[in-house]
Amino acid sequence: MFSIEEVKKSFLVSIWFMFLTFPIMVIRVNTIYKIVEWRWERMFYIGIGTFVISFIWRYLMRRKEMGVKKKEVGEDALPLAQRLLQNRRVSYPAIALVAVLALIYPFVFSLYQANIMITALIYVVIALGLNIVVGLAGLLDLGYVAFYAVGAYAYALLNYHFGLSFWVVLPIGAAIGALFGIILGFPVLRLRGDYLAIVTLGFGEIIRLILENWNEFSFGPSGIANIPRPSFFGIDLSLAETTRFVYFIMIGLTIFTIFVVNRLENSRIGRAWIALREDEVACQAMGIDKTKTKLTAFALGATWAGMGGVVFAAQTTFINPASFTIWESVIILCCVVLGGMGSIIGVILGALVIKLLPEYLREFSQYRMLLFGAILVIMMVFRPGGIITSVRRTYQFKGKSNRHA
Amino acid sequence: MPDFGKQILAVNGLSMVFGGLRALDRIDLDVRQGEVVALIGPNGAGKTTFFNCITGLYAPTEGDMLISPPRKDKNIRLNGLKPNLVTEQGLARTFQNIRLFQNMTVLENVMIGRHCRMSAGIAGAIFRNRATRHEEQQVVEESYVILQKIGLAQYVNDFAKNLPYGAQRRLEIARAMATDPFILLLDEPAAGMNTRETEELDDLIEKIREMEGISILLIEHDMKLVMSISDRIFVVDYGKKIAEGTPEEIKSDPAVIKAYLGEESDA
Repeated sequence: MFSIEEVKKSFLVSIWFMFLTFPIMVIRVNTIYKIVEWRWERMFYIGIGTFVISFIWRYLMRRKEMGVKKKEVGEDALPLAQRLLQNRRVSYPAIALVAVLALIYPFVFSLYQANIMITALIYVVIALGLNIVVGLAGLLDLGYVAFYAVGAYAYALLNYHFGLSFWVVLPIGAAIGALFGIILGFPVLRLRGDYLAIVTLGFGEIIRLILENWNEFSFGPSGIANIPRPSFFGIDLSLAETTRFVYFIMIGLTIFTIFVVNRLENSRIGRAWIALREDEVACQAMGIDKTKTKLTAFALGATWAGMGGVVFAAQTTFINPASFTIWESVIILCCVVLGGMGSIIGVILGALVIKLLPEYLREFSQYRMLLFGAILVIMMVFRPGGIITSVRRTYQFKGKSNRHA
Repeated sequence: MPDFGKQILAVNGLSMVFGGLRALDRIDLDVRQGEVVALIGPNGAGKTTFFNCITGLYAPTEGDMLISPPRKDKNIRLNGLKPNLVTEQGLARTFQNIRLFQNMTVLENVMIGRHCRMSAGIAGAIFRNRATRHEEQQVVEESYVILQKIGLAQYVNDFAKNLPYGAQRRLEIARAMATDPFILLLDEPAAGMNTRETEELDDLIEKIREMEGISILLIEHDMKLVMSISDRIFVVDYGKKIAEGTPEEIKSDPAVIKAYLGEESDA
C-alpha cells in the first residue's frame, strides 16, 4: 500500500494543491496597512492535508472498484442502510422515531429552525414531484421551477384579486400546475435527452421572464407582498403559532405526497413510466401510449410543484420572480439525483440534505458553499446511484424458489 | 403442405422510401392462421424495415397492410396506426438488438406487455380500489404463467439486465406474448445463440404455434432453423421480393442462390 509509486503520486497531488490554493490561502492583502501578508504555514497544512487525503481517496476508490467487480460476479449485496430499511424490525421503530421527532420539532426548536424545516419540506414535496418526471419517466426537466412559480403566483394573484384563501387555492394551484405540465408536455413529446433538457430550460426561463416583465399581470420584479398566511378556522394566530401551523401543513402534505407517489410508482402507470425511461421504442411496441404516458408524467410531476408553490407563497408572504431562477431548478434536480433517482426515501433524504446542509454549514461561513460542493462531488463519485438506490418490488410465488433482484 | 386457416395478415405493394433510397419496393406478403412464415434475405435487404412498417414505427410510402384477427370478423387496416395501437390489435414483436427494460425485473417486463390489456387509471392507482387490486393480482399471476411457459420462472425477480443472453432473447418473446397477440413478429430471435440455444428456440416457437395458436412471422439468418420450422419462406433482396415458397422450393430457387452466393462469372 505504501509503495514508492504511491508516495510519489501523493506527493505530486499535494504539490499541485499547494500551487492551486496558493493565491487564496497564502497571499492576503491587508488593505489597512497596505501590505501583503504571506501565510506560508497554511501552504504547509494544505500540503500535509492533501498528502494524507490522497491516500484515503485511493483506498476508497479501490474499495469501490472491488464493489463493482463483486456486482459483476453477481454478489450484488445491497448497502447496509438499505438492508436495514427492508427489515421491518428496524424500519418500523425508525418510522415511529421520525414521526415523534417530526411532531415535537417545532416545539423544541426555535422559530427559525421551524422555518428552515418548512422550506426543506417544501423541497421534499417538489423533489418527489420532479422524481416522477426525471427519476421514473426519465424525462430530464430543467425548467421544473416554472411550475413552482406558477403555484406561488396562483395563490398570490388569486388572493390579491379575488381574496381566495390558502385552502381554496391549494387544490387550484395543484390543478394549474398540472395544466402547465401538460402545456409544456405537448411541444416536447417528440424530444428526448439533451434536446428535452434544453427546451424545458427555455420553458422555465419564459415563465420567469413573463413574471418579470408583465407588470400589469404579475407586478414585475417588485413582486407581490402581504400574501396572507394560511388561516386556521378563522382564528387569529400569533406568528409563532402560524409558523407551527404551516409546519404541520407541510408535514401533512409531505405524507400525502409520499403516499400518492408510492402508489403511483407501483401501479400500471408507474410501470409504464419506468418502461418509457428504459426504452422508448420498445415501450411503444409493447402497447403503451407514449403520448399519454409522457403527459401524465409531466402533469402529475408538476402538480406537486404547484402545491409547493402555494405553500411557499403563504410561508414567505412575499414572492417575486427572483425566487424562481434556473438555479432553483438545478437545486431541485440535485435533490433527486443525489438522493437516488426513482427512490422515494432517497429523494426525501436528498432534499433534506441539500436544503439543510447549507444552513448548518453556516458556521464555516465563507467556506460553506465550497464544502457543500465538495460533499456533492464526493457523493457522486462514491455513490453514483444516489444515497438510496431504488429497489424494484419483488413477488413471491407459492412452492417456487425465488432469487431476489 | 398442411392446410392453414384464413389469411390473417396481408401486405400489398408495400414501399418505403428514405430520401433517395428505396428500402422496400412493392413487397407482397401474407400470413395464414397457424402458419410459421420466415422472411429472409442478405443484410440490408430491408427485412427489419418491413417489420418497422407493419408495427407502426415507420409510415410506409405506399402500400396496404391489412389484418383480420381470428377472434374478430373484420379487416383492420394498419396504415397510420401508432405502434401501441398496432400492438393492441394483436401484433407483437421482438427486436433484433435486444430491447428489454433493463432496470426492471423479469416479471415487470412481462407485466408491461399486459399494459394494453389493463384499464387502471390514475385514480385507480392512487385509491387502489378493488377492481385495481384484482387486476394487478391477475396480471402478476398471468405474467408468471407466461414465464413458466417460456421457461424463465426461475429468474422472476431478477433484473432483466442480469439475465444470460439466451434468456434475454426468450424474455423478449415472453414480453411480446404477454400482449396477447394472434401473430408474433420475431426479428432474428436466434442471433448470437449457440447451437443448443437455437434448438431450444426451435422447440419454443413450435410450442407457441401449437399450444397458443399464435402465427409467427420471423426474420432469421440461421438457415437450419428457418428450413426446419417455416411453412413458407419469403426472400427479399435490395428491398424487392425475389422468391416465395416452401423451404424445398426456396432451396432450389436460382434467384435465391444468386442473392446469397453471388452470380457465376462467365470468364
